Amino acid sequence: MRMHMKAAALAAFTAVVPSFVQAEETQGIVSIGGSITEIIYALGKGDQLIARDTTSSFPAEANDLPDVGYMRALSPEGVLSVSPGLIVSEDGAGPPETIDVLKAADIPLVMITDEFSRAGIVTKIRAVGEAVGATNEAEALAVDVDAQLQSAEETATARAGDTPKRVLFILSTQGGRIMASGRNTAADSIISMAGAVNAITEFEGYKQLSDEAISVAAPDVILMMDRGGDHGADNSELLSMPAIVTTPAAETESVVRMNGLYMIGFGPRTADAILELSAALYGE
Amino acid sequence: MTVADNLTIPIQREDRRVKARRAHIWLAALLAVTAILSLATGPTGTSLWGALGKLITGEELTTMERVVLWDIRLPRLILGMVIGASLAVSGAVMQGLFRNPLADPGLVGVGAGAGLGAIVAIVLGALLPIWLRDIVGNYLVSFSAFFGGWLSTIILYRVSTRRGQTSVATMLLAGIALGALAGAVSGILVYMADDQQLRDLTFWGMGSLAGATWAKVIVAAPLIGIAVVASFFLGQGLNGLALGEATAAHLGISVQRLKSAAIMIVAGATGAAVAVSGGIGFIGIVVPHLLRLATGPDHDTLLPNAALLGATLLLGADIISRLIIAPAELPIGIVTAVLGAPVFLWILLRRRGLVEF
Repeated sequence: MRMHMKAAALAAFTAVVPSFVQAEETQGIVSIGGSITEIIYALGKGDQLIARDTTSSFPAEANDLPDVGYMRALSPEGVLSVSPGLIVSEDGAGPPETIDVLKAADIPLVMITDEFSRAGIVTKIRAVGEAVGATNEAEALAVDVDAQLQSAEETATARAGDTPKRVLFILSTQGGRIMASGRNTAADSIISMAGAVNAITEFEGYKQLSDEAISVAAPDVILMMDRGGDHGADNSELLSMPAIVTTPAAETESVVRMNGLYMIGFGPRTADAILELSAALYGE
Repeated sequence: MTVADNLTIPIQREDRRVKARRAHIWLAALLAVTAILSLATGPTGTSLWGALGKLITGEELTTMERVVLWDIRLPRLILGMVIGASLAVSGAVMQGLFRNPLADPGLVGVGAGAGLGAIVAIVLGALLPIWLRDIVGNYLVSFSAFFGGWLSTIILYRVSTRRGQTSVATMLLAGIALGALAGAVSGILVYMADDQQLRDLTFWGMGSLAGATWAKVIVAAPLIGIAVVASFFLGQGLNGLALGEATAAHLGISVQRLKSAAIMIVAGATGAAVAVSGGIGFIGIVVPHLLRLATGPDHDTLLPNAALLGATLLLGADIISRLIIAPAELPIGIVTAVLGAPVFLWILLRRRGLVEF
């Protein structure tokens, strides 16, 4: 009988814990997605983060948090091991098996839609704010970021004038093969927000381009992510590639490199990224 | 002198057999220890002993204990065991069938077919009608990989079988051609894939037991388990086949039945294993070689030993994969390759007398 009571009390206690945690100040947040982490820090909730995913590299403090891996290959026990009270993730965290386990463990998981636009960023900030219990801060940040983005886009459009430049976004040049961005990508969006035109509109997503297709696209500027490894071809090497040497970009030696998360992360810093990119394209 | 020779040979054979039998026990014990270790270790530090104690006293388990032990570690343990066993046994059977120390299940087209199946599911899965997606749900990739592996084995078997005789040499060559074709089709799909799908493909190719669920255990484990046990009955046949097909036939072995049984068993075991865990390399090569060196080439003892050692090694690799970069997880295919490749190299060099340790 006594055993029974004890078991019942324990069961009641375990059942109460999750809601108790949510009702109180949310503790122990795991953030999945570089822009989500940025937003959580911007909302002043960075001290509640206990882990992050591989793509979360800004602000620098984020790098000190344990890394639960790549968002689509999360390990169920790995995520549980940091004792999360809440998981806030970009849409598409997985695999589904891991998500099922997290649900079974009663860990609240909020998926945030990622959309590469001004409205998308603002919605994202509000959604993250609601998830982490910082609705007021999020509202203020959303209004602020919205205004910054609007002004940045206006500035960029004004700088571009009637002659928007054609920009080719190159994801990588590994082995002489050029992977470039077509329509409906984060890179495509940032190019148009910065008052330029994507030189490639024939396909969606990131694909390998033939040398001649690049010639035909005739980009005025080449845009790349600034990091090591296969993205690290230096400018002279890049501009002397057969595919690129015939383009206006090679003639004027116009290559712009920006940090990947900053440029195409679509978070609180995107307005700055737009201004910086448009300044690089058209001058201040 | 001749008398002495005649005497030593049977004694030596007997000795090896005894050694191999003893190895059964040692390997079974090793597997049991690794299995317990696999249940007891993980990044959460949830205690197996604490939970067992509670079960005995009738106390309620916490949600964490229930989820970690029952939903994560136990299905992972079972899948890891059957998959490790099936990879090692399939490798040993293939090496016996092809009489080639480098043979692996990839030779019967399972790998290429399963890979293509997985890629098709990952890239084109979104095009399926919704009602079908609702039914297969999360397991689309697994189903598709199994179907792809099975289909390509059937094609390969048909192509290389004429008048009731399967030519192992034709199968080898046709397997290469089919592999190239599957690779090309995969290439086209990779080209069509978006970023996220590409990442999924990369991770699938590296293999993992992290997605182990009870549903997968229920579907895959019995199939793989039956195939592994069935392979134990191929021992005598494969021993005969080592002397050549003609000699084996004279020994009274039905060579054609042996071949088709071996191919079906390997296709079933590997297809199901790859379908639930993705590509895991090197177990199928390293395990049979290690055992042949230690206990001799007799398939009757080699196959069960390979099952035990394969299961042990994969569980061990899985423990490493979940702990080494916790809370993230290293794909297990990377762990088996990093551990397996040097061991394999060492075996090769030692055999040729290039190293002496």
